[in-house]
Amino acid sequence: MTSPDDPGRTYRDTALRPYVLTKGRARPSRNTISIDTLLIATDPAPSLPISAGRQERALLAMCRGLLSLVEAAARLELPVSVVRVLASDLVDSGHLTARAGSPQSPQLSRDLLQEVLNGLRAL
Amino acid sequence: MASGLSDQYLPGTVTKSVKILVVGSFGVGKTTLIGAVSEISPLRTEETLTQVSEGVDDLTGLAEKRTTTVAMDFGRITLNESLALYLFGTPGQRRFWDLWEGLAEGAAGVLVLVDTRPGRLEGSFEVFDQLEIGTQMPFVVAVNHFPDTVRHSVEELRTALDLLPETPIVDCDARDRASVLKVLTTLVEYAVDLADGPAPAPAPAPAPAPNILAPQEVVS
Ligand SMILES: Nc1nc2c(ncn2[C@@H]2O[C@H](COP(=O)(O)OP(=O)(O)OP(=O)(O)O)[C@@H](O)[C@H]2O)c(=O)[nH]1
Ligand SMILES: [Mg+2]
Repeated sequence: MTSPDDPGRTYRDTALRPYVLTKGRARPSRNTISIDTLLIATDPAPSLPISAGRQERALLAMCRGLLSLVEAAARLELPVSVVRVLASDLVDSGHLTARAGSPQSPQLSRDLLQEVLNGLRAL
Repeated sequence: MASGLSDQYLPGTVTKSVKILVVGSFGVGKTTLIGAVSEISPLRTEETLTQVSEGVDDLTGLAEKRTTTVAMDFGRITLNESLALYLFGTPGQRRFWDLWEGLAEGAAGVLVLVDTRPGRLEGSFEVFDQLEIGTQMPFVVAVNHFPDTVRHSVEELRTALDLLPETPIVDCDARDRASVLKVLTTLVEYAVDLADGPAPAPAPAPAPAPNILAPQEVVS
């Protein structure tokens, strides 16, 4: 997208921390990408390796603008579980940037709930 | 950004998302309700569920997994420049619990849509059982009115559905944007109230607690 301060902001996004933290582990924790995690192609985008599959390319192209994992899956007509894995790999490789979806904690913070409420009332 | 998919992207300023679940039996109006308020035409997708034991955060325990695939609808409302709300519609039946329990994690709350016409209400019972026993989610009950729906008082419904006194019960027309927004507002107000309320019981332990409450033999 066009907002000039996006890259700096998204690099500090807490959604990326788990990926940083999992470096060196045998398997990244895919649980950190939830259905409403927001995805956007990293700008500037590193080019995909020649070995990248059609679905990965399609996902990356879909994410030229900001949208959630579940929206990307629906528009690509792929199961969420498949897109979750693709997205996770593309985040690990730096092609996609993830922004926090719903918190993993079972209960939302009061502040966030209040923000949702204010937003709904203003519609 | 002239047309097509470009219109469907979120503003680049959005950094957070919140979800609300819309649960109800078949044909109760879930897709209609989501479509009435969504800024994108409701999308449909499927989620594959892999059920693993609770509290397992690595993937070592794959032996016991079981998968189910369920379709779900969803829509989206951008609430302010940094926050998007997603609404997910899923069937409420027992065999879909795995799906919506997974969806419910981290959700603001659950909107249970019910149809009170004769023979249709029963389909909701197991949803409430699961919400009250299986989760700590705030939920509201919205009664979707069809042309032949007979009006019942809130207290009649509360009794019929065996709901707690504090659970909000509201009327709704799933086709009407203002009506649906009112239900969503009621749900989130209730969630805020609960968050404000007396300290709730601590979250349940991820693993079953040691069996300190083993039944004791009563010898008379
Ligand atoms: N009169 C009236 N009809 C409604 C209302 N809500 C939904 N309908 C109709 O009821 C039917 C079912 O609505 P849906 O929104 O598809 O219900 P659903 O819960 O998504 O159904 P499934 O996904 O099949 O479980 C459709 O024909 C709707 O047009 C309402 O508030 N009033
Ligand atoms: Mg539907």
